[in-house]
Amino acid sequence: MIWHLAMEFILADISTICFGVLMNIPKRAYIPGGIIGGLVWILYVIMYYQLHFGLAMSNLLAAIMISILSLMAARKFRLPMIIFNVPALVSFVPGGQSYQVVRNFVLGNYGTAVSYLYQVIVIAGAITLGFGLGDVINAALHYRPKKWKNR
Amino acid sequence: MANYNPKLLAMNCSLLAGQLLIENGANMERVNDTMYRIAENAGLHSFQAFTTVTGIVVSAEHQPNAQAVDIRARHNDLSKVARVNEISRQFATKEITLSEMYNQLKRVDKGTPQLSILTQCLGAAVLSLSLMIVFTGDVRDSWAAFIIGGSCYWLYLYLLWKFKVKYMGEFVSSLLIGVLAILTTKLGWTSNLNDIIIGSVMPLVPGVPLTNAARDLVSGNLISGPTRALEAIITAMAIGCAIVIVLRYA
Repeated sequence: MIWHLAMEFILADISTICFGVLMNIPKRAYIPGGIIGGLVWILYVIMYYQLHFGLAMSNLLAAIMISILSLMAARKFRLPMIIFNVPALVSFVPGGQSYQVVRNFVLGNYGTAVSYLYQVIVIAGAITLGFGLGDVINAALHYRPKKWKNR
Repeated sequence: MANYNPKLLAMNCSLLAGQLLIENGANMERVNDTMYRIAENAGLHSFQAFTTVTGIVVSAEHQPNAQAVDIRARHNDLSKVARVNEISRQFATKEITLSEMYNQLKRVDKGTPQLSILTQCLGAAVLSLSLMIVFTGDVRDSWAAFIIGGSCYWLYLYLLWKFKVKYMGEFVSSLLIGVLAILTTKLGWTSNLNDIIIGSVMPLVPGVPLTNAARDLVSGNLISGPTRALEAIITAMAIGCAIVIVLRYA
């Protein structure tokens, strides 16, 4: 179990850093970005496979975690938050399910395709909502009144 | 600056910063935040900015004309976003003056270090391999995802550089991914076609538009949110269409 989680952590960490390379994030963000990606992914694995929170809830909580950890890292390293939350998201993209939707539509298995489509919509919706909720929680944690009043 | 007018220069600075941020994939809240912050720190009164994904209009009090900028191309280069952020922060703490900031912003496009094509393709190859194992648990065929993902990402970068049409590059390289995956399976080198395709298309996933669409929509930006979502959906459709075409003849 520990070995399995360590393996998942390393793989998600590598994926996050590589996606960061494709997005050309600054080099000093590689290590913290990778740690965020790996950590949230193993939390998701525990929530989904061990605690059985269900697809929507696990993805929602994972997206909220990404938001909170990204803002913490962004404040610590003085970089925009987008540098941390875009690469960390890459393991949560429903790539396998989207592929199965396309494949089953082509093969004519419409029932299977629709059930995969349902999963894709649930995951995408949960992550969108999770980022929104994460922003709200971030605003509540680090409330800072806007300084400009001359609009 | 021949006719040096600090108010006009401040507006141009704000406009340039906004343009750089949108071109390189920042979310709209950050764009607005940076632009208003620069205007505030430069002492502009009743500064207004109207920002969309394809253009910006700004105006300020005591200035005869509104200034506009047209944004044609968008790509994802988060180093430049970080650089603009740093410059704006330095201006806020009075480390640099307005004209220094303008010159530094002008130099962001050329002066930010880029990774070589080889490094990017290697990144895409490792990303394909590791995400294939994460998603499917299939270790035996992952070498194929490594090679196919890396080489097709190189094709994508080449087509993007040659034709400047993002969606066509995505379509053609997804097509090649499908063809190569079928070829290796037909030759008996690999056993599972589906896992290789899932892994290899992952470098083409529109991560930045997807994240920005979510954050813009939730923060209530009804112009930029749906536009970015559309960008992500068109990319997903380009990949999906290519895979449909390939699977039809598999």
